[in-house]
Amino acid sequence: MIALENATKRYGRQTVVDDVSLELGGEGVTALIGPNGAGKSTLFGLVGRLVTPDAGRIVVDGMDVATTPSHRLATVLAVLRQDNHVAARLTVHDLVEFGRFPHSRGRLTVHDREHIERAISYLELEAYRHRFLDELSGGQRQRAFIAMVLAQDTKYVLLDEPLNNLDLRHMTEIMRLVRQLADELGKRVVTVLHDINFAATYADRIVAMRDGAVVADAPAREVMRPEVLAAVYDTAVDVREIDGRPVALYYG
Amino acid sequence: MTALAPAPTSTPARVRPSRRTWVGVLVGVLLVILAATSLFVGVSDVTPASLLAGGAESDAAFLLVASRIPRTVAVVLVGASLGIAGLILQMLVRNKFVEPSTTGVTEFATLGALVTMIVFPGMAVLGKMGVAAVFGLVGTWVFLRVVRVVPVRQLVLVPLVGLMLGGVVASVTVFFAYRLDLLQSLQQWSQGSFASVMQGRYELVWIAGLMVVVAWIAADRFSVIGLGEEFATNLGLDYRRVVTIGMVVVAVITAAVLVTAGMIPFLGLVVPNVVSLLVGDNVRRAIPWVAGLGAVFVVACDILARVLRFPYEIPLSLIVGVIGAALFLWLLLRRRSRAH
Repeated sequence: MIALENATKRYGRQTVVDDVSLELGGEGVTALIGPNGAGKSTLFGLVGRLVTPDAGRIVVDGMDVATTPSHRLATVLAVLRQDNHVAARLTVHDLVEFGRFPHSRGRLTVHDREHIERAISYLELEAYRHRFLDELSGGQRQRAFIAMVLAQDTKYVLLDEPLNNLDLRHMTEIMRLVRQLADELGKRVVTVLHDINFAATYADRIVAMRDGAVVADAPAREVMRPEVLAAVYDTAVDVREIDGRPVALYYG
Repeated sequence: MTALAPAPTSTPARVRPSRRTWVGVLVGVLLVILAATSLFVGVSDVTPASLLAGGAESDAAFLLVASRIPRTVAVVLVGASLGIAGLILQMLVRNKFVEPSTTGVTEFATLGALVTMIVFPGMAVLGKMGVAAVFGLVGTWVFLRVVRVVPVRQLVLVPLVGLMLGGVVASVTVFFAYRLDLLQSLQQWSQGSFASVMQGRYELVWIAGLMVVVAWIAADRFSVIGLGEEFATNLGLDYRRVVTIGMVVVAVITAAVLVTAGMIPFLGLVVPNVVSLLVGDNVRRAIPWVAGLGAVFVVACDILARVLRFPYEIPLSLIVGVIGAALFLWLLLRRRSRAH
């Protein structure tokens, strides 16, 4: 499990993550929701050792993130940040190959190559493997990044807003994939989502944050209630039942 | 609506490894031919025939060993290593428009060389290079610090900041050189040329060659660094350590080239960009290409420098500058046309 113990992060006077104690990474998909500036990405940063906490600690499967060698954590935990701007001209294959880095340290074995092949075929990227990333569409590029994370072969997969800048079709495609990662490959997926209906449809558990604190943490259906969502987002949200599934309406 | 149109997928990649191989062979052959030509170009008559006729004791053989071979080796190593310095710096900064001379690194190294002339006038060239390398390292550090506040996506702003930084440092250097009557020595560095390279006065470029090997060994790490700190950390890489290694590689190459040949502009910028178009930016794949093309480029320019006004020599940096600037403009305009 990924355990945050009284984790706090401040930027100047502003406390972005405020004394959060939380366990993440149970089986299935966990969605992290909340308004802009709620501290979701910072929380990911803390877990992914990109941000050092001002207080508290983060423990992944018994390993303290602050003291465990980075390359050991990299074999257990993969974090894909939002908005991946890659300036370098790399092919899909190059990128997926780098996913093996924590295991291979640069020298690929037959075993590593199998992982690379499996990740590429799982994401149906065979036809694009020698394409440069800047020649791909947004959806294809996101799949390439997920293939890299898959090649990394970690128990925990953290995706920070994987639906950013994707159209409807690709959003659905990525969310189905996220579900598959959990169901078929047994990954513990934690993902930051902005669209709460996607969260309700594809996640088992929803953790809602606001002002640096966790304000709701429950099975998806229980969070999808008007009073809970109104408290999280500070705006009126109507929830209707459509085909037996809760759907949030927030367009009015 | 009856049926959905098939999803628009673009056509699969058209990779042509065969063409790539072909270009690679061409670069290799060109390098051998140009290097051989370089051995036999010059005022004194050194030809295969004169060598055969005179044997090992002849003037021609002496000239070959004392001047022509060192010069050719130096030119090849400088070309290869400057290309690599540019490539590594581009990975560290995540910007395709940087190289030692657009980031203030060269200017800092020059200042270091000047400082040794003032403080330790009699210092051996190895020591001079060491001090220049340390200054170059400081320059790289200052540049990376300054650039940290510039958004990564501001492609052109980054080299602009570097050029300004270099300008400030260069003006300090010129000021002290002027006050201390050392402008002429400064001139010697600011104009790259291999005219004075001979046995016993070029061996430091082997250190630059060594740095190419270091870069090759750490190639994958530099590729990962090129993806950014977040990616590198996620993949379990010690970001700072790899950046430090990269800084040392860049600074040492810059200093070694500076004290043996002087400033050679644009090379570190143009060669990695051309290679990027050919094979992409995977450092392991790109290194032999950058080294090979860099060497071909400088050897060709050096031969031109020797024959254009035969028997006089034109400064190499002039020719590299003219050709390099043209290539650079082409790269810039090409990028613009791709609507980036």
